[in-house]
Amino acid sequence: MNEASSERRVGWYRQMVAIRAFEEKVQELFMTSQIEGTTHLCQGQEAVSVGSIAAMEPDDVLTSTYRGHGQALARGMEQGVAFAELMGRSAGGSGGVGGSMHLVDFSMGNIGANAIVGAGLPIAVGAAMAFKIKEEPRVALTFFGDGATNIGTFHEALNMASVWKAPVVFIIENNLYGEYTPLRESTPLDDLARRADPFGMPGLVVDGQDIDVVYATVGEAIDRARGGDGPSLLEMKTYRYKGHSRSDPATYRPEGELEEWMARDPIEILGVRLETEALLSAAERTGIAEAAQVEADAAAEAAAESPYPELKEIVNYVYAD
Amino acid sequence: MSTQTEALSGALEAIEEMAYREAVNAALYDELAADPDVVFFGEDVTNDGGVFKTNYGLVEEFGSARVFNTPICENGFVGVALGMSLMGLRPVVEFMFSDFLPTAGDAIVNQLPKYRFMSGGQCAVPVTLRSISGATGRFGTQHSATGESWFMGHPGLRVAAASSPASAYSLLRAAIRDNTPVIVHEHKGLYGTKGEVRRGEVAEIGKAAVERAGSDLTIVSTLLMQHRARQARELLAEEGIDVELIDLRWIRPLDVDTVYASVKKTGRLVVVEEQVHNGGWGASLISSLAIRGVTWTAAPRAVSLPNDLLIPYSPPLEDEILPSVERIVEVAKASVSDSA
Ligand SMILES: Cc1ncc(C[n+]2csc(CCOP(=O)(O)OP(=O)(O)O)c2C)c(N)n1
Ligand SMILES: [Mg+2]
Repeated sequence: MNEASSERRVGWYRQMVAIRAFEEKVQELFMTSQIEGTTHLCQGQEAVSVGSIAAMEPDDVLTSTYRGHGQALARGMEQGVAFAELMGRSAGGSGGVGGSMHLVDFSMGNIGANAIVGAGLPIAVGAAMAFKIKEEPRVALTFFGDGATNIGTFHEALNMASVWKAPVVFIIENNLYGEYTPLRESTPLDDLARRADPFGMPGLVVDGQDIDVVYATVGEAIDRARGGDGPSLLEMKTYRYKGHSRSDPATYRPEGELEEWMARDPIEILGVRLETEALLSAAERTGIAEAAQVEADAAAEAAAESPYPELKEIVNYVYAD
Repeated sequence: MSTQTEALSGALEAIEEMAYREAVNAALYDELAADPDVVFFGEDVTNDGGVFKTNYGLVEEFGSARVFNTPICENGFVGVALGMSLMGLRPVVEFMFSDFLPTAGDAIVNQLPKYRFMSGGQCAVPVTLRSISGATGRFGTQHSATGESWFMGHPGLRVAAASSPASAYSLLRAAIRDNTPVIVHEHKGLYGTKGEVRRGEVAEIGKAAVERAGSDLTIVSTLLMQHRARQARELLAEEGIDVELIDLRWIRPLDVDTVYASVKKTGRLVVVEEQVHNGGWGASLISSLAIRGVTWTAAPRAVSLPNDLLIPYSPPLEDEILPSVERIVEVAKASVSDSA
């Protein structure tokens, strides 16, 4: 079992709190139209991105989705850079052309946040195959939703990865809904981990709210992939507190469901545990939350100072030399 | 293939007579040999030289880590190619039939051409799709499309079409070396045709070729139609009509300049295409020329597939709907007499 040091776990706590504060700020900026278009927030799912990415090595890579702010920040993107991207400013990680659904940073191995459901999986398999062909000891992770397990690329990617023993880890963030549709209406299974079976790879159900469990499980899958034993499918049981996107008030959820999940909040679970282990005090936790708020506010304010990109800059993004 | 190994160890730029299929093979061979980051895969590419026998000797020479078969999942394996390219490889992917390109529609339309852009230029996507195209093989309605214009409207992509062994070789080499995704169309009716290939040549991106100079009429075509247009040119010459023949080679970017220069001289244009006219490169070309204010001596004409018919299996009917040498001659003559 992979176990992290106390300092690292306190770091995770800070990261999760920072991501939550970031997402809350994004929502606020939407309300005031400083961010336009759409956005897909990840409050409630922070342990999946932070815990999984904590198990990666610096040379490993990941692909994520339009709901990828958590992954981008967990992999080291500065909040100011992320806010600027969401605001379409030139200081954004992609010069403002990507926006909320495409937070990527190739220098950190964050090689794709895709707005097409399921499209990130084959790309991660391709990255993993490049590592295998070049005999580099690197691993690719790919994050996607429960809904994505119904699109062809999921099945195609798992099949290729398994038959080629690609060093890749497939991570489902099962938040119980694909847009407004509950999983049960779209999918004849409760445990999506079983979708690993036909592809002859391990499929594990994971408590996605408990970051210690996430970290340990992803770490084992990464070790397995790096060791040449092929891919795994990990189903993180989690929940998104907000609607699917900005326009969704999430009225389709049964009464009490949100509260039930909030009672298993990933930040709270780790926070209480760190308190019990005397690694953080209640006062320190309050301090961390307040500091995160200040940080998000300041980063957003700074981002808004950045100019919009010019067309003459972005034409260079189409064709590579 | 031993002949290729010999050719490589000899002088590059040597001119060799080879079949179109051998030219494809030679381009793959030379790029795999030149750059260890080039990999080649697709459905059944290693068995017996592949379905159209273009791949003999590659897996034997370069090994199964670099030349390999995929499961049947076009959208998935084009995505894999994209992921590989992001990590420094230069994948070449074979599409057994161009009719299968739409099954990879998302990868071709939303991923390959948009990936670099959305990242703000953080990456390059050096992926090549070799797509086996066209009718005459009696393959029926779902295996006979050229598909050459399907993706011409997508910034971030390039599309090439090879009409001869020389261009099959040089276009494929250019595509593999390009850091932008390229679809290269090969015509399955041309694999056995022979011609001279300049070994080592890399085509210029976006450049059409004036195959034969002429002064009375410009004919533009691609792939198999280039051959029919060339035969038509010979027949027209017997009647004193001097045709300038252009092999378009690139459908995206479209080389309007070369055609414009030709039409400025001839004042007459016939596009010959193995596709319906609406929504294809012929229509775009005529539109671009019109926008540039070409002064026509005669209205431009198109010899194309019928706009409201699909390609049938029945052999005489397949032959009948494709632009024939006779039809090209007829339309060319109409163009010339139109303005006389
Ligand atoms: C191919 C495709 N179809 C539909 C959509 C529209 N869409 C965006 S997100 C989404 C739901 C996806 O659900 P899930 O995979 O569970 O991810 P989550 O949003 O819950 O994180 C849909 C249908 C899309 N972006 N791409
Ligand atoms: Mg979901």
